[in-house]
Amino acid sequence: MTITEIPSISAEQPATLAGAPQWFADVQSAAWQTFLDTPTPSRRDETWRFGDLKQLDFDGYAPAAFADSNDIDIQISGLDNTSAQFIFANDDLVHAEADLPNGVICLPLADALQQHPELVQKHFQQGSTKLGSAKFAALHTAHLSNGLFVYVPKNIEVELPIEVYHIVSGDQTASFPHTLVVTEDNAKVSVIDYFKSSGEEAGLVIAMNELHAGTGSQLSYSAIQDLNLASKIIQINHTTSERDANAKAFTLNVGAAWARNESLSKLSGSGANSDMLSINIPAGEQRYDQRTFQDHEAPHTNSDLLYKNTLFGKAKTVFSGLIAVADGAHYTDAYQTCRNLLMDDTTEANSMPGLQINADQVKCSHGSTAAAISDEEIFYLQARGIRPRQARQLIARGFSVEVAERLGNEALENLVIEYVDTKFETLS
Amino acid sequence: MSIIIKDLHAKIGDTEILKGLNLEIPTGEVHAVMGPNGAGKSTLSKIIAGHEDYEVTSGSIIMDGQDVLEMDIDERSRNGIFLAFQYPMEIPGVSNANFIRAALSERLPDGEEIDAVAYYKDLYEKMDALSMDRKFTARAVNEGFSGGEKKRNEILQMMMLDPKYCILDETDSGLDIDALKVVSEGVNMLRNENRGFLVITHYQRLLNYIKPDVVHVLADGQIIKSGGPELALELEEKGYDHLTPVTA
Repeated sequence: MTITEIPSISAEQPATLAGAPQWFADVQSAAWQTFLDTPTPSRRDETWRFGDLKQLDFDGYAPAAFADSNDIDIQISGLDNTSAQFIFANDDLVHAEADLPNGVICLPLADALQQHPELVQKHFQQGSTKLGSAKFAALHTAHLSNGLFVYVPKNIEVELPIEVYHIVSGDQTASFPHTLVVTEDNAKVSVIDYFKSSGEEAGLVIAMNELHAGTGSQLSYSAIQDLNLASKIIQINHTTSERDANAKAFTLNVGAAWARNESLSKLSGSGANSDMLSINIPAGEQRYDQRTFQDHEAPHTNSDLLYKNTLFGKAKTVFSGLIAVADGAHYTDAYQTCRNLLMDDTTEANSMPGLQINADQVKCSHGSTAAAISDEEIFYLQARGIRPRQARQLIARGFSVEVAERLGNEALENLVIEYVDTKFETLS
Repeated sequence: MSIIIKDLHAKIGDTEILKGLNLEIPTGEVHAVMGPNGAGKSTLSKIIAGHEDYEVTSGSIIMDGQDVLEMDIDERSRNGIFLAFQYPMEIPGVSNANFIRAALSERLPDGEEIDAVAYYKDLYEKMDALSMDRKFTARAVNEGFSGGEKKRNEILQMMMLDPKYCILDETDSGLDIDALKVVSEGVNMLRNENRGFLVITHYQRLLNYIKPDVVHVLADGQIIKSGGPELALELEEKGYDHLTPVTA
């Protein structure tokens, strides 16, 4: 079968996932209908303000079988020590290894749907996509064929991170990775998704990750996006934190022509804590679009968002963040910071922070900055013998390091900084 | 071996700040430059380091026969000039250890790297000499440092980079007496016949700890008087007002 025989992702309803339970087939069919019924975003939509709507033409993109796993032309540059590693190529599983504590379920989603249908159903898409991409979330679900399901039972801690690689290959290939992570009471896990291209052809990734942090649990999620410069990606994150849970959702964007990130963190239990972190280094013509929502439903909840963008060349970023504190969510602490470092005067950074507070005794702050490196900073480094180019790079690197340091895992921090350094090297 | 400054005129915008300044700093000596606020003391230090806000309109700065004014800022540093800042910059996300290592790496030929073990050994020794806690290696450069910690960090950088000519711009400002002693001891450790110092200060107090060989008075953009250490005491006693420029 060649690519041209497969209809474009938006042309006709795809077959539902073979072997999956009926409820899932129903969800997929309904999702297709939602996709058809939901209008394409327009200029008038607040969630697409300053956004690049012409990126949303997905005609011609189609799912494609991956010809041969030997063709994977990619460096698997992840952590040295992991508890599991999965590699998907065009949504097909091509490699799996795991060494996990008893009771932990860590399976390709297609298998999990067969082996643990009720458990998946309980957690699958319990939240709604509010940040603008409902139409594409529906498209994702209709086409969903694989991904990873991670379930960590009560009191179990998975020491080392679980890595999942999503590789896209072939011209105008569409991929729909899905990551669903559930931690029960006092459990702990860290999951890393990598989005990478094999080759230089234009791919499209519409990815979704759902994180359910149960009572007192610690759930850390990272997405490392390093697609080639012809590709596009929409990443939709949905985090729910129960009582006293600690959730951390991090995104690194260095690749893709266009990347849209929607991140929603719902704090549904008292004492829940959510960190939302992001490092973005767009250069040349790259466009990154970030929409976030800190949704405080319960009292005594904390959320802390730190997004840092370092822009080179003609890069453009949009950040739009909202903190909402529900009626009754008293004693909430919510912070939102978006910082843009402008490395060239041809870059453009747009920030739109927002607050909606309907409770008392609330500590909230939001701030965004966009600035170039000051001449005085450069002077200080140069006065130590550091050449101007290196001085700028050192300062820019430090700007991202501040976010990486909040990941709370040294190996992951070093890995992220390696990606940052690699990106800087391509800019020299 | 020396830095020789001849008839230096410099301005910022349309304001002339240095108006024919002459000064020689030979290796093996400590020269103090004192003067009232607005005399041009900090300007002098920044011009030697190469700050681009200032325009040198005439005159020369020659270091060991080389034209300093022809060098870029970073080149001056690599050639042996070190400026200890009055207000050191904070560099978030860049650890002190990595910062100093980056500065040292710039001094190596292409392809060569700093030996990490030897580097840390050297760094720790020098931090110990300055009574700096080792946690400062991992902390971001000057970020959240107290005034005294920042100045100590400047001296640490100076020790690590091993410059030939050290310029200290009001290093004593904002220091309590204990910090002043530590910083001065650091400077005194570096004193030797192959190194020259230019110590810029508003107050005589610093010179109790760093004994100068020569004291110069800078007023209205010129050195108006030079003398031995006793000149500093005289200034402390009588103030700057009784001195008048040698040329109008």
